[in-house]
Amino acid sequence: MSETKQGRIVKVAGPVVVAEGMAGARMYDVVHVSKLNIIGEIVELHGDLASIQVYEETTGIGPGEPVVDTGAPLSVELGPGLIESIYDGIQRPLDLLVELEGERMSRGSALPGLNREKKWHFIPTVTNGTKVGPGDIIGEVQETMLVQHKIMVPIGVEGTLQRINEGDYTVVETIGVVVADDRTETELKLMQEWPVRNARQTIKRLAPNAILVTGQRVIDTFFPIAKGGTACVPGPFGAGKTVVQHQLAKWIDADIVVYVGCGERGNEMTDVLMEFPKLKDPRSGEPLMQRSVLIANTSNMPVAAREASVYTGITIAEYFRDMGYVVALMADSTSRWAEAMREISTRLEEMPAEEGYPAYLAARIAAFYERAGRVLCCGSPEREGALSIIGAVSPPGGDLSDSVVQATLHVVKVFWSLKGELAYKRHFPAIDWLTSYSFYKQYLKECFENKDQGLEMEELTTQAMSLLEQEAELLEIVRLVGAEALSPKDRLALETSRSIREDILHQNAFHKVDTYTSMDKQYEMLKTVLHFHKQALAAIETGVETAEIFKLPVREEIARAKYIPHEFVTKVAEIRDTIDEHIKQLHPSTV
Amino acid sequence: MPAIKEYQTVTSISGPLMLVEMVDEAKYGHIVDIEFGDGSIRHGQILQVENDKVLVQVFEGTRGIDVTNSTVRFLAKPLELAVSPDILGRVFNGLGEPKDDGPAIIPDKRMDINSKPINPYARNYPNEFIQTGISSIDGLNPLVRGQKLPIFSGAGLPHDQITAQIARQATILGEGKEEFAVVFAAMGITFEAAQFFIDDLHQTGAIERAVMFINLANDPAIERIATPRFALTAAEYLAYELDMHVLVILNDMTNYCEALREISAARKEVPGRRGYPGYLYTDLATIYERAGRIKGKKGSITMVPVLTMPEDDKTHPVPDLTGYITEGQIILSRPLHRKGISPPVDVLPSLSRLKDKGIGEGKTREDHADLYNQLYAAYARGKECQELATIMGEAALSEEDKKYMTFANKFEARYVSQDYYENRSIETTLDLGWELLSMFENAELKRIDVQLIEKYMPKFRKT
Repeated sequence: MSETKQGRIVKVAGPVVVAEGMAGARMYDVVHVSKLNIIGEIVELHGDLASIQVYEETTGIGPGEPVVDTGAPLSVELGPGLIESIYDGIQRPLDLLVELEGERMSRGSALPGLNREKKWHFIPTVTNGTKVGPGDIIGEVQETMLVQHKIMVPIGVEGTLQRINEGDYTVVETIGVVVADDRTETELKLMQEWPVRNARQTIKRLAPNAILVTGQRVIDTFFPIAKGGTACVPGPFGAGKTVVQHQLAKWIDADIVVYVGCGERGNEMTDVLMEFPKLKDPRSGEPLMQRSVLIANTSNMPVAAREASVYTGITIAEYFRDMGYVVALMADSTSRWAEAMREISTRLEEMPAEEGYPAYLAARIAAFYERAGRVLCCGSPEREGALSIIGAVSPPGGDLSDSVVQATLHVVKVFWSLKGELAYKRHFPAIDWLTSYSFYKQYLKECFENKDQGLEMEELTTQAMSLLEQEAELLEIVRLVGAEALSPKDRLALETSRSIREDILHQNAFHKVDTYTSMDKQYEMLKTVLHFHKQALAAIETGVETAEIFKLPVREEIARAKYIPHEFVTKVAEIRDTIDEHIKQLHPSTV
Repeated sequence: MPAIKEYQTVTSISGPLMLVEMVDEAKYGHIVDIEFGDGSIRHGQILQVENDKVLVQVFEGTRGIDVTNSTVRFLAKPLELAVSPDILGRVFNGLGEPKDDGPAIIPDKRMDINSKPINPYARNYPNEFIQTGISSIDGLNPLVRGQKLPIFSGAGLPHDQITAQIARQATILGEGKEEFAVVFAAMGITFEAAQFFIDDLHQTGAIERAVMFINLANDPAIERIATPRFALTAAEYLAYELDMHVLVILNDMTNYCEALREISAARKEVPGRRGYPGYLYTDLATIYERAGRIKGKKGSITMVPVLTMPEDDKTHPVPDLTGYITEGQIILSRPLHRKGISPPVDVLPSLSRLKDKGIGEGKTREDHADLYNQLYAAYARGKECQELATIMGEAALSEEDKKYMTFANKFEARYVSQDYYENRSIETTLDLGWELLSMFENAELKRIDVQLIEKYMPKFRKT
C-alpha cells in the first residue's frame, strides 16, 4: 500500500473537485476531501493534478482545503450483517445514520458497513491442520432464519489452517489463522473486503440451465429469466417498472435478493423498507427481509454515490453467489446510473458521444451485466452459484432507441418491454407480449417434475403466443372493415386472445392471491383457457353460433381463476369439466 | 465566521455569469452581493471556483453591471431564508425578500435553502388519503399526504383553476382540525395567473395560512432557480418545526427549467436533450424529493407542481424527467377541454403511484381499488370504440362496442366533468362510479370482486 499523500484543492465545480500535489496517487483511489472528510474517488490524473468525483454535496468547499489519499480503491465490507441492511451507495448503513445524525443525511459521516459490536456464532466446518486455499468454506454463521452465511478464505490466502475455534465473534475478531508455506500467518476474520469495481473471482462460467421462477405469469410462462441470466425492463414513466422490480424482489425464487434503488424515489424505497419485513417468503414463511440487502441512493442523494451504488450492490451479490447461492440483483434504474456517469463526465469536460453520454457508456454497461452468470465458485467444497441481474431502464419518453436501452439490449438475454398504452388501460404488468423476448424459454419445461407436463406447458405457451400474434393481425382487419367481416373462427381467436390477455397476462400485484402464481397454477390456468378455445372451436365447426359460446357462464369462472388460492389449484383444473358440460349443452355431439 | 471580503476585480461578464479574479477563500455554492456605484445591490451565487477565479451567477441578470465600478462582496454563506411563524400570510419575491407592504421578518432562524437530503430510512410512507373533492383525482388518481403529484398542462388549459380548487377543498377524512398551510411559488407566470390564485385564497380566508413566493414573467429569470427552493424551505419550516400539513404549489416548473438551461448554455456545458443540461434530472430531484413525511414528525409536505408541456408533448424533457421523479401525474387533455369537459383530466395516462396504500377499508372504502381498476378498463375500451367510431362510423361498431362507447361518453360527462366549485365527497364519487358501471353485466366486471358487486351495485342495493 502506498503511503498517505496529501494535496490541496484548486477547483470545485459541483460534484467534481480538482486537487494539486497528488503525484503518485492512483486512478480510483479513495480520497478524503476537505476538513469535512468527504469521500471521493480519483477519476482523472494529469501530472500532479487529480480530478475527484465526490460522493457528497460540495457547497462550502473551496480552493486551499486538503485532500488526503487513502491509497486504496473503493471497497465494500463483506461478512455477516449484510442481510437485512439498508445502505447508501457507498455502503453506509442508513438506519444507523438516522440514529447518529437524524433524519437528514449530513456530510462526512463515516460508519462501517458491518456492525463492529455484534457477536455472531461461528461454527467451523473444517478442522485445524486442513490445507485451505482461496474461496474455501471454513465455517458457517446462521445470519438469519433464511440465510446461512458461509465464511470463506479470502482471495490470495493459502496455507494450513490453525487455531480455528467455534465461538461468538465480532466481524473483526480473529477466528483462526492460515499459515503459509513460508511461515507467514494471515489472520482470518468473519469479514473481508473487496474493491467494488473488480468482479470477484470464480473458477469458470457456466451456461444457465434453470428458470428463476418469479410467480409473475407473463414472465414465467412467456418470457422467463434463468438462474444466472440477465434481463432488462425498459419503459416510460408510469408503465410500472418499479412495481415489476418490487414484485420480483418479493417473489423471485432466489436465496438472496439485492435491491439497488439507484437514483429513484425516496418514498418507493420507504415502501420497500416497510413492506419487506411484513411479507412472508412463500417457501419458508419467514419475512422476506431475511434474505434481502437493500441499497438506496435516491435521486436527491449525491450523484457520484449513485454511480457507485450499482457496483456496491453487485459486489455484495457476487459475495453471496460465491457461497453457492442463487442470487438476484434488481437495479432500479440503470438509466440514473448512466446519467450519473454522464454528469461526472461532463464536469470532467470529456468529449461526449451520443446524447451527451460518455463514449465508454456501452462498455461499462456490458461489463456490469457480464458480472451475472452461473459459475463454478472458487474453493472447496465444489459448488455452483448463480447471479441474475434485472435492470430497469428509464428511457426518455419511453423511446427505445435511447443509448442506455440500446447498450443494454446488446448484452441482456431477456427483454421485458413495458408499454405506456398497456399501462393506461391498467393492463399490468404492462409487458408487451409482441415485442418482448427471452432466450431462456427452453428451460421452462424443467420447472415441472412431470416431464410430460413440462413438454405440454411448452406447447401451450407456443399456442397461446401464436393466438396473440394472430390477434394483432385480426385487429388490423377489424380496424379496416369492422368486426362483422370476421369468420366465426377468427372471432373465437379474438375472444381467446382477449381471455389470455385479461385472465392470464394481466396480474394484480396488489391482490393478496393474484400477486403470486405458482408454476403449477400457471400451467392449469393456461391449459384451461386453451381448453375452452379447443372445445369452442369444435362447437363452431358443428354450427354453434359464436354469440352463444361467448355468453356461457363458465367464462366468468375462467376469468376468476386467478383469484383461486394455490392450495385449491385442482379447482382450476375442474373448470375444464364445467367447460365440457356447458359446451355439451350447446351442442351435444361436440364432446 | 470568516470575515466578509470585498473585491473590485470583476474581469468578464457574459450572459447571467460574472467572473471575479484574485479572490481568496471563495467557497462553492456560497452567495455574493454585487454593489454598484449608485449603491444598488444585486445577488449572486458561486457556480465554480478555480484557484482564485470565481464564476458567479447573478440572479437579477447582468444588465448594467460594468467591470470597473462593481464591488463584489463574498458573504461566506449559502442562500438562506429567514423564517419565523410570521411568514404566514406574507408575500415574498423570488429571492425570499418581502414583497408586500408588511414589515421585515424578524427571524427565529435562518435556513439554508438547499436542505440536506432526507435519509430514506427516516421517511414515513405517505398513506393518508386527501379528499380534493374532484372525482377524477379522488376516485381514480388519489392524492395522499406527502406525495408529489404534478399537473401536466398546456398553454391555455385551466391548470390554475384546478390548483386553486385543490388548495380550496383539500381535506383529510375523519380527523379533527389539523394545522394546514399553503405555500405557493410562482415562477415566471403572468400577473393574472398569480393574482387569480391569490384572490381565490383571499375569498376563502386561506390567505392567512399561506406563504407566497412570487417571481412573475417580467421578473429576473435567473432568480427562478432559487424560488422553488425558498418556497420549500418555508414549507419545511412549517411542516417539521411548526407541525403543519403543507400543500406546496409550484407553478410553472417549465419556466424554472428554462432558467436552468440559460445558465447551462452560458457556461457552455455539453447540452443534453433540447439544450437542457445533463443534470436536469438530478436538479429537479433535489426539488421534488423535498416532499414527504418524516418519522416522528407531525407535519407533512404534499407537492403539486404545475408544468406546461410545450406542444402538449409529454416526452419533452421537462415533463418526462418530472414524471420519472414524481409519484404519478395528472395530465390535462386539450380534446377534452374543447369538448367542454372540465376539469379536462386525461384519465388514462394520469396516475397516482401512492394510491394503493392510501385507499381501501378504513381509509376511503373497501370497494375503491377494484372500482377504479374496472372504471379504467371500461373507459379504456370505450375510448378505443370512440376512436373506431370516428374512423368507420358508429354503424360499424358491434352492440357491445356501442355499449362501451356510451359508457365512455357518460363517464366523461358525469364523472370527469364537474364544476370548479363542486366539492364531491369520496362516497359521492364512488357511488357515481357504481352507477355508471351498472349498465354492464356482472360477468363483464372482471376486475371487481363478486362480493363487492353484490354489496355496492345500485341494482342489488335496492333489494
